Amino acid sequence: MTTVATDVAPPDARKAGRYVYGAAVFLLCAWVLVPLYFLLINTLSSPESVNTFPKAFIPEFDLGSLLFFASFAGMLDALKNSILVALLTMVLSIVVGAPAGYALSRFEFRGKELFRMLILLTRAFPLPLLALPLAVMFIRTGLDDTVIGLAMVHTTLAVPFAVLITFSLFSGIPLELEEAAWTLGCTRLTAFTKVVLPLILPGITASAIFAFVISWNEVFAAAVLTIENRTLTAFLLTNLETSPLHLKFAGGFILVVPALIFIFAVRKYLFAMWGIANR
Amino acid sequence: MAEIQIKNVAKQFGEYQALHDINLTIADQEFMVLLGASGCGKSTLLRIICGLETATTGEVWIGGRRVDHLAPKDRGISMVFQNYAVFPHLTVFENIGFGLRMQKMSNDEVKRRVERTATLMHIEQLLQRYSGELSGGQRQRVAVARALAMEPDVILMDEPLSNLDALLRMEMRAELKGVLAESKTTAIYVTHDQVEAMSMADRISVMHEGKIVQAASPIEVYRNPAAEFVASFIGNPPMNFLNATPAGDGKWSVAGNVVDGPRANGPLQFAIRPEDMQLSDAGLTATAKVVEPLGAHLLVTCELDGKMFRAVLDSDLTVNPGDALTLAPQADRVRWFDPGTTLAVA
Repeated sequence: MTTVATDVAPPDARKAGRYVYGAAVFLLCAWVLVPLYFLLINTLSSPESVNTFPKAFIPEFDLGSLLFFASFAGMLDALKNSILVALLTMVLSIVVGAPAGYALSRFEFRGKELFRMLILLTRAFPLPLLALPLAVMFIRTGLDDTVIGLAMVHTTLAVPFAVLITFSLFSGIPLELEEAAWTLGCTRLTAFTKVVLPLILPGITASAIFAFVISWNEVFAAAVLTIENRTLTAFLLTNLETSPLHLKFAGGFILVVPALIFIFAVRKYLFAMWGIANR
Repeated sequence: MAEIQIKNVAKQFGEYQALHDINLTIADQEFMVLLGASGCGKSTLLRIICGLETATTGEVWIGGRRVDHLAPKDRGISMVFQNYAVFPHLTVFENIGFGLRMQKMSNDEVKRRVERTATLMHIEQLLQRYSGELSGGQRQRVAVARALAMEPDVILMDEPLSNLDALLRMEMRAELKGVLAESKTTAIYVTHDQVEAMSMADRISVMHEGKIVQAASPIEVYRNPAAEFVASFIGNPPMNFLNATPAGDGKWSVAGNVVDGPRANGPLQFAIRPEDMQLSDAGLTATAKVVEPLGAHLLVTCELDGKMFRAVLDSDLTVNPGDALTLAPQADRVRWFDPGTTLAVA
């Protein structure tokens, strides 16, 4: 070996530092992964063995719990509602959020800072506070217990993130690119569709997926504003007391997995929103 | 034919007056350089001509047509940006062909024109690359090729070489000048680099604080600066200034010497370029402070009449700091300025 010793600290201290670092990393990983691991084990266990302890380290790969989940009355409808509401939320929050993000990054206007703060303030009010007046209003307008009504509420939750993510995306695209397109024969619209859109499409997709996850995981508004057309979260919540343990595990698993996969897929853009450099 | 006329153009950003009543005519096929320090309004003027910025008042005419109300795409111009603005999601071929495709040109025609301009800019082997795979100099070539492929009446360039390293800049400077002369387009070129301006321009417009101080040929701007600002901005090192007081009819007293000058009411500023000074038996007496042997010549910074004074001397001379020098100005190169108006006095 021809490595050059550049360390200043004595070897012992460095070794100890490495152990502490390793232990901290291990603890943090365990904090996140152990519950997920139990969720996975229990979901893939037969309904009978869910309550047993200790658990086998390797899952049984018994689909009994999942099959029971699928055959539970109303469960598949709830799953379908969840997907519908989430898809609608995704579309609405991009349609509303992306133009706002573009305007924030490209134009100077009065009250721009105030507007940015207001966007964040929409998340300052706890949903329970808003749910009751919303429910009353929805009943009056006939929006209660509909997929579109719930999607609108979820959109208000997702829009701040859509605006912030698209704002940082648009800001990352030099104005000169658009100006170059204008001088080369584009209007504002064609410059957008031919130059800006192709460049931010991956980011827009990420922002859309994030909106999907927000709606997918939301339980309070869903529980208050729907009765017949419950989403999966609301359905599981209302059946929490009566349903057997393995049904809860299967439901939890079905809820967690798509959210995890999606968030993992778009992590780069979420880091960008929070200003963390990713590698 | 694309003569450009700028009539009474002014631009205000809130309280700040970026341009004051600009009037300028640029002849067909002329290479006009807008030269000035940063913040002098040269880029703003270019962007107004381009249509990326609207003038607060005034008119812009290109080829006998008033264009200041038109979108950039309808003005018959193309622009080369400082940061190149090469579209990262398109290949070099599609970048150069972008404007042609917007005009719904046939595939054959696009291919023909792209290949011709790419050959002209020596990037024909890069056509399938993306901008991320190009060096700064190559991106610059793509940006110029993209502008030329449009076969515009007017080509506008906003500090196109400022992001390149020194050697590449010199090479591109000569190449751009050749290509543009060949293309027979009218060109407006913005820069803060006086060497670029001197070497490329047919005419230089020197701008200062939102005004055009002088618009003339490079040699005229260098030899006969219209104002003190031009004299001290152009030339490296810049012109020297000394105080002159009246000493009778057409005679002026400069640092204890009497020299011939214009008939005017005093006091004036006596100005001379550093290379127009010679060591002599009679003349201005100076004390050498710093001596810089630059190979081609010797740059001596001295103190003269309480002011800093630079002289460019023959590199064979031996001058040491502290030496007393007698410097004779070349009489026909002396210029005079009015300290009140800062304008040249004939």
